Amino acid sequence: MMSNLSDERVSQTSIATRMLRRPELGALIGAFVIFSLFWGFDTTGNFAALGGTAGWTDIAAPIGIIAVFVSLLMIGGEFDLSTGVMVGTSGLLAGMLVTEYGLNMWVAIPIVLLFAAAVGFINGMIVVRTGLPSFIVTLATFFVLRGANLAVTKSLTGTVRVSGIEEAEGFDSAHAIFASRLMVGTSSFQISILWWIALTILATWLLSRTQFGNWIFASGGDKNAARNAGVPVDRTKVTLFIMTSLASAFVGIMFVLRLQGMQAGQGVGMEFFYIIAAAVGGTLLMGGAGSAIGASIGAAIMGIADIGIPYALWDQDWRWTFIGVILLAAVLVNTFIGNRAKGAKR
Amino acid sequence: MSFKKLAVLAGVAALTLSGCAAAADDTASEATSSTEETTAAATTEEMKDIKICVYTHGDGGTFWSVAQMGAEDAGKDLGITVDYQGSSNDSAKQASTIDAGIAAGCNGIAASAPDAGAIEQAMLAVKAAGIPTVTMNSGSDVFKDLGAFTHVGQDEIVAGREAGYKFNDAGMTNILCPIQEAANSGLTDRCAGARETSTGTVSDFNLDGGLADLTAASAKIKAALEADPTIDAVFALNADIAAKAVLPAVQDLGRDIMIGTVDMSEDALNAIAAGDIAFAIDQQQYAQGYMSVVLLYLNVTNAHSLGGGLPIYTGPGFVDASNVAQVQALVAAGSR
Repeated sequence: MMSNLSDERVSQTSIATRMLRRPELGALIGAFVIFSLFWGFDTTGNFAALGGTAGWTDIAAPIGIIAVFVSLLMIGGEFDLSTGVMVGTSGLLAGMLVTEYGLNMWVAIPIVLLFAAAVGFINGMIVVRTGLPSFIVTLATFFVLRGANLAVTKSLTGTVRVSGIEEAEGFDSAHAIFASRLMVGTSSFQISILWWIALTILATWLLSRTQFGNWIFASGGDKNAARNAGVPVDRTKVTLFIMTSLASAFVGIMFVLRLQGMQAGQGVGMEFFYIIAAAVGGTLLMGGAGSAIGASIGAAIMGIADIGIPYALWDQDWRWTFIGVILLAAVLVNTFIGNRAKGAKR
Repeated sequence: MSFKKLAVLAGVAALTLSGCAAAADDTASEATSSTEETTAAATTEEMKDIKICVYTHGDGGTFWSVAQMGAEDAGKDLGITVDYQGSSNDSAKQASTIDAGIAAGCNGIAASAPDAGAIEQAMLAVKAAGIPTVTMNSGSDVFKDLGAFTHVGQDEIVAGREAGYKFNDAGMTNILCPIQEAANSGLTDRCAGARETSTGTVSDFNLDGGLADLTAASAKIKAALEADPTIDAVFALNADIAAKAVLPAVQDLGRDIMIGTVDMSEDALNAIAAGDIAFAIDQQQYAQGYMSVVLLYLNVTNAHSLGGGLPIYTGPGFVDASNVAQVQALVAAGSR
């Protein structure tokens, strides 16, 4: 006898449900809520205008550039805690190459990127060869680089910062490409925002349209099953580590050009913000699922909070508390929406 | 004509001209300060709308919370809005905050400049937007390059030199100088200043991260003191380091070692009163915060550019057994 109920396996899911299953939606809703919150408390009248937008995108862009690649790595099942300090290392290296060795900035930049790729390669190789948790391996790298930042800088320059970059050959053109400002109306926007958007698009395309993206999901979801299915898990993971290091070096180069120098402690502590941005954006800490756009939304949320808090004339110490609350709320919302959309019982 | 004379003449000329110009001097054609104006004679209503922004590299700890209190108290006393933001030693964040200050409606911005190159572009953009700036706490030799009309603070090398003299007066020959924030060149400057005037040796000692873990810091200092029995003095660069790391180490060893420090805390002052610590250099950071706001306020409301092109010093002042009692009550209240 024919059942009157259609088989749920062939039922159509509504567009709304399909949207809700996307990891980015929770983050986007969160971003709108937080934006509205700060819009409401804004004392300057500029938060929702060009001026305020220039402010929060300036803060979000360097976080977002690294967070999207950190999210790719997390989807692939690994963590990289050396990203924050790598920003400092690459900026310092670029600075020292041009000031101590007189190199042209355009020669220093590829050297720095090569160095970062090498560090990423080492991170990746240690993780895949030894099977140690990437958390520990990259934590070790973090400490190694942190010490080197101070020791090498001091021995080469006698101080704890590199400065005078603006005198170097090639500075002006490099600055124009990586650290200049664009006027929109009366507000100046940082060019880093364009780079952030471009790299987010690149990372999203990689994740959703290429075979490499499939490999990332597979490696993070179940690496043994993936290996058995022919996915080159080790190569994928090493490539992902190289990408996070490169992204960090990119930001380091942007910073050293914008700040015309760099101090040895730059970047330390930021590694958790990248992971938080990725988690807020829907990337699972256990791997196998996530989104690069979500990480960018997470970074945007951080920028909005960092500008919204002073614009509301709140005590900026609350920033930390805010980040903690956002993280918890975002992960809860993502899980809740995700479960409902998948039809799970509460 | 010497540069100083030229600067003073320029200052006088500017004051004369702006006095004649009287009202609207709003030169901001590129950037907008949407809710506030910068007229020379402000009414009481407009005064409440004045917003002075103090954007430092501070970390909200014992030292910086006093500077913040100074700035905010000035706001209350003058009846204006003060926005204080500390970037916890992150130059990039400080640069972004200063940039955002233009859209945030700041009528004047005070910034600390431990790394002038980092905030140079942001400070010059603020100046180009017609907003007056001063530097405070660090940057006494770079404030002009940043477009600020003066600097409020203590010169670290000068402070170190004065400490060197104090150690000389007591006949010290081998002074340890622990540096608790490796990336802070102001600290290295203090040791360098002491080295200039000391008749003995001054050795830098890496104590990076000391404030985050004072027990470990104490153990490291004890080890350094044990390693060199000729050390007879320690020039600590932070009150917590002096009172909670150096003092316990010295007491453990039972040696007669002179301790001098920079900045104050309740514990450090108690130790001075008890004779365990010899002196504390006071850079009077409350006044750094307070005066930054006042200087900018006077510039906004009455077009004053004080300082004469030179920095305005808030230190070094010395707190020792002779004046500690007076200062103790104020430190306990959080205002020194």
